[in-house]
Amino acid sequence: MSFLEYAPAPESTSILNLSPSYGLFINGEWVDGGDDSYTTISPATEKPIAEIAHASANDVDRAVAAARRAYDTVWSRMSGADRGKYLFRIARLIQERARELAVAETLDNGKPIRETRDVDVPLVAAWFFHYAGWSDKLEWAGLGANPKSLGVAGQIIPWNFPLLMLAWKVAPALAAGNTVVLKPAETTPLTALLFAEICQQAGLPAGVVNIIPGRGSVAGARLVEHPDVNKIAFTGSTAVGRQIARTIAGTDTKLTLELGGKGANIVFDDAAVDEAVEGIVRGIFFNQGHVCCAGSRLLVQENIHDEIVEKLTRRLSTLRLGDPLDKNTDIGAINSKEQLDRITALVNTGESEGAERWTLDCPVPKAGFWFRPTVFTNVATSNTIAREEIFGPVLSVLTFRTADEAITKANNTPYGLSAGIWTQNASRMLRVADELRAGVIWANTFNQFDPTSPFGGYKESGYGREGGRHGLTAYLTNGDAR
Amino acid sequence: MSRLPVAKTYKLFIGGAFPRSESGRVYDVATPTGEFIANASKASRKDARDAVVAARAAVAKWSGATANNRGQVLYRIAEMLEGRTAQFIDEIQKSTGASAKDASAEVHAAIDLLVWYAGWTDKYAQVVGGANPVAGPFFNLSVPEPTGVVAVVAPQTGPTSLLGLVATVAPALVTGNTVVVIASESSPCAAMSFAEVVATSDVPGGVVNILTGSPTEMTPWLASHQDINAIDLTGADSELALACERDAAETLKRVVRPGQFSATLGSIDRIGAFVETKTVWHTKSLS
Repeated sequence: MSFLEYAPAPESTSILNLSPSYGLFINGEWVDGGDDSYTTISPATEKPIAEIAHASANDVDRAVAAARRAYDTVWSRMSGADRGKYLFRIARLIQERARELAVAETLDNGKPIRETRDVDVPLVAAWFFHYAGWSDKLEWAGLGANPKSLGVAGQIIPWNFPLLMLAWKVAPALAAGNTVVLKPAETTPLTALLFAEICQQAGLPAGVVNIIPGRGSVAGARLVEHPDVNKIAFTGSTAVGRQIARTIAGTDTKLTLELGGKGANIVFDDAAVDEAVEGIVRGIFFNQGHVCCAGSRLLVQENIHDEIVEKLTRRLSTLRLGDPLDKNTDIGAINSKEQLDRITALVNTGESEGAERWTLDCPVPKAGFWFRPTVFTNVATSNTIAREEIFGPVLSVLTFRTADEAITKANNTPYGLSAGIWTQNASRMLRVADELRAGVIWANTFNQFDPTSPFGGYKESGYGREGGRHGLTAYLTNGDAR
Repeated sequence: MSRLPVAKTYKLFIGGAFPRSESGRVYDVATPTGEFIANASKASRKDARDAVVAARAAVAKWSGATANNRGQVLYRIAEMLEGRTAQFIDEIQKSTGASAKDASAEVHAAIDLLVWYAGWTDKYAQVVGGANPVAGPFFNLSVPEPTGVVAVVAPQTGPTSLLGLVATVAPALVTGNTVVVIASESSPCAAMSFAEVVATSDVPGGVVNILTGSPTEMTPWLASHQDINAIDLTGADSELALACERDAAETLKRVVRPGQFSATLGSIDRIGAFVETKTVWHTKSLS
């Protein structure tokens, strides 16, 4: 056994107590969906997990009506302190069921248990705990003495951090006094449905949270155009974000969008190289690169390019790809066949446009959807792989000579979600951070998240922030005359 | 013996200069009773695009100026306006038919609003930004930054030819955005005189660009323009606003809808409509 070999250490799925089928969670009850149901599978094995109902347009209407009723009769009349107590309960229930939620998320999404256990689920609990405390302190949120909730919030979330994105959306909405209708992504409905159970366990009044799995084109579209929805919060692709912004034009519906990214991770020659290499790995190979704020463009100062690439590929060679439920696994499964095809196509384009490809030489399981960590060097700014979001474990390496050039290249994208800076020079770090047109800057670290820390994009990465006081205000309005 | 007055030619204000419309077009500006006042420039699509180029070029300098400096410059606009109060009262009265009392109240409100916004430049970041107590060894700070170039349709109705312009332009300037504004179509004279005030207030060229003409014609070009970050549709009618909000979705511009904020009062939320929150994380350690 070499030092890289480990005995398998799979997390048991026996902790799960899943139903063979799930309906929609509307008005505190499980109901059948009006559209045909489908099977959610594990992307690591392609084995079925459960039958999931698809919400029809009518189901969306029912869910919105339930949310409206709950808003009018219960939730908007409840004291902030009591709303907070429900959210604290939910936070605690999530902590209590953390192991189960982590296993379910890994099963349904394909991401390593190490991440769901250590990152996703703890953050989910932290998010509810943080916003629980805001519920009775809204007058300190910066919207004057008398801030008001908006009403019914329609929330549409992606498949890359299913439960975490739910928490980012639901926690501030409820704390501010709104009720919600949430549509999880088609490929990852499971933890949202478990969350519905948690709402029941918490005794949350019926209709305050409604969870409706469904197709974006049916349920998502209806939710966005529904006349009785006061707020839309969406995390997903820039293309769909545009469509949503068009749809709600001319209405009073409020909108926040967390969209795509093509984050630059800038490494200066005075960086602590080993830490930078770890940060590069964390930046693009965390969650198989299914991260909108991924550091997918590595900008390396020219004189240390060869050293960084050599150390990086050496480090990547120690990554373990395979069973996401194995506690040793670093790289899990790609979430779906469609996403795998998209990554494959973009990587092929990268090769055909002349970039040099390095791919980790490692075994890949026979079933499931997998993509081995890949690094492109000799990438030109104009290459497709330097411009388009790949949303997979694929890094494009570019070089720069001066700080000005690094800033220009980093900002040379319609996106503006995240960026990384690696340097030991604090003055330079702060100046570069000033110049980068991105909503989240990680300096000498990457992919850190916290419920107190606002997250969101510039330019075509969307608008509005999630996290902290800023995230709360996205669900409030100034109650005074404007 | 009465003296023959010298009439002013009203042009556009782009990049700190006063060009005529490249289209050569003008339109009649008249009093409410139909008496001729002036030929205002009828700005074209190309003028709007030139204004965007000028506004983009000015972003670095204006957003890079210190907050203190931006405050002094905005305050200087108020000073210059105060000195020309009589002229603006006269122009507002002529073009809108307002009483001397109302016109004077409007000018004074515009001046006071500029003073109010001038004072925000070096306070806004502290009020809305700050340190975030994250659960880890990190320095974590959120600060508001200007979104960039803001297109504005100034209020078109009501007796607000100057006040409406100031109330929509000033909040965008506070944090360092630059502005392309379409002035009131029916009473553009005060707007173009305001351009003279801006031009003599140490405002860098291109920071404020003022177009006169048809909002219906020009706004759609601005809404779909690729190099504008936000659009304030306060002065657009509902049909124009709907079409422009749809167009603005293509580039995901930040949109202010008509009626979203007061068209005449100061509002910190109006400042906030044109900022991006940047959050910076940095590790902390003794090594």
